[in-house]
Amino acid sequence: MTDRLGIVVSGSLEKGVEVKLDGSVSVEDMAVGRYVTIEGQRQRFFGMITDISLGVSDPRLTLAPPDVSDPFISEVLAGTGTFGVLHVLPMLTIGGDVASLIEGPQPVKTVPSHFSVVNLASQRDVELVFGGEDERRFYIGTPLDMETKICLDLPELVKRSNGIFGKSGTGKTFLTRMLLIGMLQKSAAVNLIFDMHNEYGWAGTSEEGRSVKALKQLFPSKVAVFTLDEESSRRRRVSTDFVVKIGYDEIEPEDMVLLRQTLNLTEPAVEAIYQLRRRFGRGWLEQALELPDSEETGELLKELSIHESTFQNLRRGLATIRRLPFIEPRAPDNPVKRILDYLDRGINVVLEFGRYTDITAYILVANLLTRRIHAQYRDRMEKAMGEDVAKPTPLVITIEEAHRFLNPEVASQTIFGTIAREMRKYNVTLLVIDQRPSGIDAEVMSQLGTKITCLLDNERDIDSVLAGVSGKSALKSVLSRLESKQQALIFGHAVPMPVVIRTREYGSPESYRSFVSGGSAESREQADKDIEELWG
Amino acid sequence: MTELKDRVGEVIEASTTDFVAQAYELYQLPPLGSLVKTRDEPVELYGIVYHATTGSLEPGRRPIARGRDEVAEEEIYRSSPQLLKLLKSEFSALVVGHREGDKLYHYLPPKPARIHGFVYQCRPEEVREFSQSFDFLNILVNTRLPVSMEEVVAAVLRQMSQAHEDPHAFLVAAGKELAILLSGQFSQLKAILGRL
Repeated sequence: MTDRLGIVVSGSLEKGVEVKLDGSVSVEDMAVGRYVTIEGQRQRFFGMITDISLGVSDPRLTLAPPDVSDPFISEVLAGTGTFGVLHVLPMLTIGGDVASLIEGPQPVKTVPSHFSVVNLASQRDVELVFGGEDERRFYIGTPLDMETKICLDLPELVKRSNGIFGKSGTGKTFLTRMLLIGMLQKSAAVNLIFDMHNEYGWAGTSEEGRSVKALKQLFPSKVAVFTLDEESSRRRRVSTDFVVKIGYDEIEPEDMVLLRQTLNLTEPAVEAIYQLRRRFGRGWLEQALELPDSEETGELLKELSIHESTFQNLRRGLATIRRLPFIEPRAPDNPVKRILDYLDRGINVVLEFGRYTDITAYILVANLLTRRIHAQYRDRMEKAMGEDVAKPTPLVITIEEAHRFLNPEVASQTIFGTIAREMRKYNVTLLVIDQRPSGIDAEVMSQLGTKITCLLDNERDIDSVLAGVSGKSALKSVLSRLESKQQALIFGHAVPMPVVIRTREYGSPESYRSFVSGGSAESREQADKDIEELWG
Repeated sequence: MTELKDRVGEVIEASTTDFVAQAYELYQLPPLGSLVKTRDEPVELYGIVYHATTGSLEPGRRPIARGRDEVAEEEIYRSSPQLLKLLKSEFSALVVGHREGDKLYHYLPPKPARIHGFVYQCRPEEVREFSQSFDFLNILVNTRLPVSMEEVVAAVLRQMSQAHEDPHAFLVAAGKELAILLSGQFSQLKAILGRL
């Protein structure tokens, strides 16, 4: 089969070029998201099909359609009177001379000349653009209808905060798991994962209910599982490394601010927290809860100018927190220190929430730990800048339900908003996972380096994900037509151009083997054993 | 190369764009749409038969009905043999190209045909060679003819397709060319395609 599709007939840099299909090529064989190359006179253009339409040379054809049951007439008209039109968004140019071969593909600054020939991109072209798998690049999937590997430059990826989006059930979790494996192997960063649904540490389940291995099973020496719910972990037979307990005295007013919405606190109640903290010091939470309903209390509140109803509102909220089983008056160990110990040794930490999938617990713990870890990182980083000490290992913090932390109301106050904005200055970046990207603050969205998005069909979500991307309207049609499984659109910092991928397979013994082949010998042996067990 | 039996007539009227020839035998006309040629050394002119007439030798004298007492049509001619000499068949051909030396050109020759030039019907291999290019369709489509253009074009393509090994492929290719030439006149295109 020849790969010639047609010729460029019109277009602009902003809107993309229109390609008239040859008569021998059927529009039905085309697909949005596929790659084409355009042979310009001096350079080659690499682009993506973003829309497909039908054209006629004479409008009368559409008014009085010819008898297409006659194969002769339809054959004559194909490609002449009636033809397919591809809308192609040129994205990169590949120069013909030696200098540009060394530089690699460059972003487009012009369009190909009239009647340039358009071909389907070959495997080689795609490889040239996305690069092959190597010690920096991690194979994440293949382009549609192609076997070439699309690889992400992971050390580059983790330099910025990134986002994974998609409706529920579109494969966000699988994609995240895969990306985490990639980071574990190929980037110099360590991960801290707030695992709300216990899917990343030991084992997860696929949509069909099949159990799939997660990080710790594949890379036992590189991953530690922390848990908030020891009992649940034990029941699931997860080997945990540490049980996280949080003491009352570790909760700071700043940790409460984020919970305002979930705990239904009023604005004055949040103000009151600060006053109580000033009054009672570190033990404020315990003391506030234990204030008796006496006259002295009334006096105290008056002194602090806290209204009675405000105080009741606050108490209800604090009681909710106290009921969380992992909150104890005195924590036996310091979880922040433990997490940092592991991270310093280059071991990735997955924090399982067990049964406490309640959003209050998730926000409280994620925020609390992250704030302290970030503070530690900042201190160390500043020290490293001042003295000649090694910088701390880059850290990637993974959070789910990100719109709860990063919505416009709280993004400016939470630590996650700060991390997303100040980016890699302190070697800490985020991997946000969310199904309602429209709920995330626009400023934070604009700071995300690379966005990976599975199918989204809400107009507002699509708009917010694609905000600020060149060729937005074209990508929009690609995004809303992704299949609901195993397909994702990647764009941003880590890829030279937006790309639709069919994600790499995850869940079969072969796939485990391919994942760990870049890892240690130990895990490779484990995978071999698994395959033997499976096939007897 | 050209044999006597391919000779169909003689030029009796010529202009830059077309020529009229008289057939040697009454009714022995080349079919509508067939490719004919005449020579004006060193140039060979190609024409497409677009019109033909049979009538009286003298313009003022019209034939009269004669068959009242005859049993068969043939009997009329047998009983009045002079008729064959008093009637004549003529055909008109549109000049669509010429050959000079070995080269074929699908556009008008520098000079019109010569009067009394012999007119030959082209052989299949010549038709094949000439129809390698569809440039002649442009002349046909853009000339005002006494016969409707759709009829002539359809007849030409039908005739030419017979000379090709794969008539269907030839017609499809020609149809595509026409679809481009007549891109704004779909009704005409439809009429031609319907006649193929």
